[in-house]
Amino acid sequence: MANSADAVKSAPWRDPNARPYVELERLSKSFGDFKAVDDVSLKIYKGEIFCLLGASGCGKTTLLRMLGGFETPTSGRILIDGEDMTGVPPYERPVNMMFQSYALFPHMTVEQNVAFGLKQDRVPKAEIAERVATMLELVKLGGFAKRKPHQLSGGQRQRVALARSLVKRPKVLLLDEPLGALDKKLREHTQFELIGLQDKLGVTFLVVTHDQEEAMTLASRIGVMDHGEIVQAGTPAEIYEFPSSRFVADFVGTVNIFEGKLIEDEPEYVRISSEELGAAIYVSHGISAAPEATVWAAVRPEKIFMSTAPPQATHGSDNIVRGAVQDIAYLGDLSIYLVKLPTGKVVRVTQPNTSRHAEAISWDQQVYLTWDPSSPVVVTR
Amino acid sequence: MNYRRSYFITTCLAFGFAFLYVPILSMVVFSFNASKLVTVWDAANSPTLKWYVSLIHNEEILDAAWISLKVAVINATGSVILGTLAGVGLARFAQFRGRFTLSAMTTAPLVMPEVITGLSLLLLFVAMEQWVGWPAGRGITTMTIAHMTFSMAYVTVVVQSRMATFDSALEEAAMDLGAPPLKVFFVITLPIIFPAVLSGWLLAFTLSWDDLVISSFTSGPGSSTLPMVVFSKVRLGVSPEINVLATITIAVVTAMIIGISLWLSRAGRLEKVAE
Amino acid sequence: MRALAPLRKVGVTGRGLVVALPYLWLVLFFVAPFVIVLKISFSDIDLAIPPYKPLIEWIGKNSLAIKLNLNNYAFLFTDSLYVHAFLNSIKVAFISTLLCLLVGYPVAYGIARSSGTWRNVLLFLVVLPFWTSLLLRVYAWIGLLKANGVINNVLIWLKLIHEPLTLLYTPLAMYIGIVYSYLPFMILPLYANLEKMDWQLLEAAEDLGCRPWQAFYKITVPLSRNGILAGSMLVFIPAVGEFVIPALLGGPNALMIGRVLWDEFFSNRAWPVASAVAILLLILLVPFMMWYQSVQRRESAGER
Repeated sequence: MANSADAVKSAPWRDPNARPYVELERLSKSFGDFKAVDDVSLKIYKGEIFCLLGASGCGKTTLLRMLGGFETPTSGRILIDGEDMTGVPPYERPVNMMFQSYALFPHMTVEQNVAFGLKQDRVPKAEIAERVATMLELVKLGGFAKRKPHQLSGGQRQRVALARSLVKRPKVLLLDEPLGALDKKLREHTQFELIGLQDKLGVTFLVVTHDQEEAMTLASRIGVMDHGEIVQAGTPAEIYEFPSSRFVADFVGTVNIFEGKLIEDEPEYVRISSEELGAAIYVSHGISAAPEATVWAAVRPEKIFMSTAPPQATHGSDNIVRGAVQDIAYLGDLSIYLVKLPTGKVVRVTQPNTSRHAEAISWDQQVYLTWDPSSPVVVTR
Repeated sequence: MNYRRSYFITTCLAFGFAFLYVPILSMVVFSFNASKLVTVWDAANSPTLKWYVSLIHNEEILDAAWISLKVAVINATGSVILGTLAGVGLARFAQFRGRFTLSAMTTAPLVMPEVITGLSLLLLFVAMEQWVGWPAGRGITTMTIAHMTFSMAYVTVVVQSRMATFDSALEEAAMDLGAPPLKVFFVITLPIIFPAVLSGWLLAFTLSWDDLVISSFTSGPGSSTLPMVVFSKVRLGVSPEINVLATITIAVVTAMIIGISLWLSRAGRLEKVAE
Repeated sequence: MRALAPLRKVGVTGRGLVVALPYLWLVLFFVAPFVIVLKISFSDIDLAIPPYKPLIEWIGKNSLAIKLNLNNYAFLFTDSLYVHAFLNSIKVAFISTLLCLLVGYPVAYGIARSSGTWRNVLLFLVVLPFWTSLLLRVYAWIGLLKANGVINNVLIWLKLIHEPLTLLYTPLAMYIGIVYSYLPFMILPLYANLEKMDWQLLEAAEDLGCRPWQAFYKITVPLSRNGILAGSMLVFIPAVGEFVIPALLGGPNALMIGRVLWDEFFSNRAWPVASAVAILLLILLVPFMMWYQSVQRRESAGER
């Protein structure tokens, strides 16, 4: 029984012979003139937790609804476990959805809610009772069977919704912003519970969310969506460390982007001259781009070293700049510094507060910023 | 909400409600008046229940009430079916051929003067009788059809507005779990919107029970409804039995509304969760 | 819905079936009758059952003659009684609508501004008369307004007048009757609209220097526009064709078109003329009905 951890270890998406469990083939959906989903192709493998991440209006919910059968694609195909499901109505698909508002039936008890799907499949009564009881135990709602939705808290309702959609052992479970309605502490707790549950049952999850922290925690792979397209799909580490565009770099986490021109382009390194930065950037890996192309170097705030004394220069004056601390935000475990460079550009730097009596950097202080040559990611769009 | 209730508004409210209720209360009070002149208080013999007794033995009124009841019940049930279909259809189906027409046809009866509706329906029945032989003559059947036509418009409005606050995710969830659309309607939608459907039934019942103009046009010999009998009596002036009838009506209606409001507010909790 | 699969090929869908029943019913029993009314408005009166001559007659073997008698309409336009009745009806309906608005708006406002239990009680009190028979409530006014009715008796008893006032069978009685009967129809849509209002807007206005009355005029009234229009249409349109109230309270001189139609039909058995009256009344009111429908659509779409 494959689960998310195994899925990551085996990385079936890297294996050209692996058969995808869910396949979206050139899926598009237009509402009149508006293209909500634009020619999306995606392969999802059994046992994955795949997250569609994007801002509101990017098309992720429409994509999810097409998979659930609530929207008919304008063009393209949906294949689930090898079968073409494109025109099939929701009540005949081996797919279940957990709705954002939970959509619990208010006139039925918890038990009846969870049993509903099994009743539609004409499962014998004894089996229904047993499966419902097991599922309720699994989501830790064992004693709540006879309660009605309005007697439950938000977190409890969510678990009923989860139980209801999982009890039918669907091939794919679709989750629409599953943690959006929960407060922060509960959200964190539930995230790990969800992963544990998925691990145990081996169901393939497709999650839609706008919260990148949620995506990073839950997903075995993330698909970043913008304007109806999937702009990049990969593991959380891949997306974060190797974004393929400025959009992705900026969307996931925070990042500093320096615009510049390619001045040296070698297989082992490139050099970019950046006016914004006021210095050149030396990147210790090659990229593919046209000579003299305009490129962007993305450097994550935690990868920038800040000091009051000049750092050791490894590549001449490359990768070193001076600036003045403009703003400080103390967040307890780390601090965020906004450093203004002579060129006017503001660079964001985060430093963990490793020591309580560390050399305190204060406002308007002059500092040096530097980074490892392997840290910048160069994107060409 | 720091709203200082202004004296002006309070006065207006008081005046408005007094205006609404003084006539009703005067009718009730004078139903106990012994004098046949109704509004001239006969202190010597009042209050009395003699007109109540006489009303209960008034054959004409009792027969008419029975006919009104029959028509009202059939009308309410039929209208609820038609109106719920239309209300759900208009609320849930974003696009269908004839949507605009259906929407217009269910709004027009709400404002159309009754003389027009009554006249047109009667002429239809006459023409139909000429062409196909049915309906043969006017009576309870034609009245019921006529009442259903305008009552269903009201039911449509009630159901449609309830559907507007009904989370369609509930229906989608049911479909997602394997229930086909028809089953979803009967197992999920209908139980939840039931209070609205019931209000629609009561509304249709009341409209039919109180209707005068359309009934007059579409009724036949021997099928006089209660309002028709009341109207013919009232044209001649006041009558103590009518006061009694009014008092009984008000008492029954008040009791029913209180009872149903209490029941609905308990069921209302369900609606809150469904939103 | 596999059973419907073959039907689907001919364009019949599950959805279609749902709306077909009410749709067909209304087409047959609501729309078709108007066509018949139109047809009869063009025919001649006849001493027969039914009392009108057929419109389409066969002349010889292959010819159809359609006789459109326009006299009925000509009659209506030239006879001053009908012109007067139409104009009077509009006038009465218009004034009644304004009066309903004047009385009804503060009541709706007061209810919308009340909280919790008070609000439910007040709403219940507004709705209760609506559920009791219109006929009986109008009858109540006869008892109040007649020569030896309650109002006169009270005034005489208070020694404010010596002779009873003529209140019944006057235009005043009719206005009172119409306003009284239609008041709930003005209050309820107004309340429905005001209930959705964000009262913090008024606080914001006052914070910016607006006096309460100004805030009311500049903010509350414009935002309640849809409610005002809906309530006004719900009063005006049926009031134009109102019959019962003029018949019971207005006396023989109250010339309202609804009453005219009734008399033509029942007293004179002049079905063609009555039909013509109905058609003209309909033409007059259709623009208002369409306006009402568009107001309703805008309100449900959340526009202001």
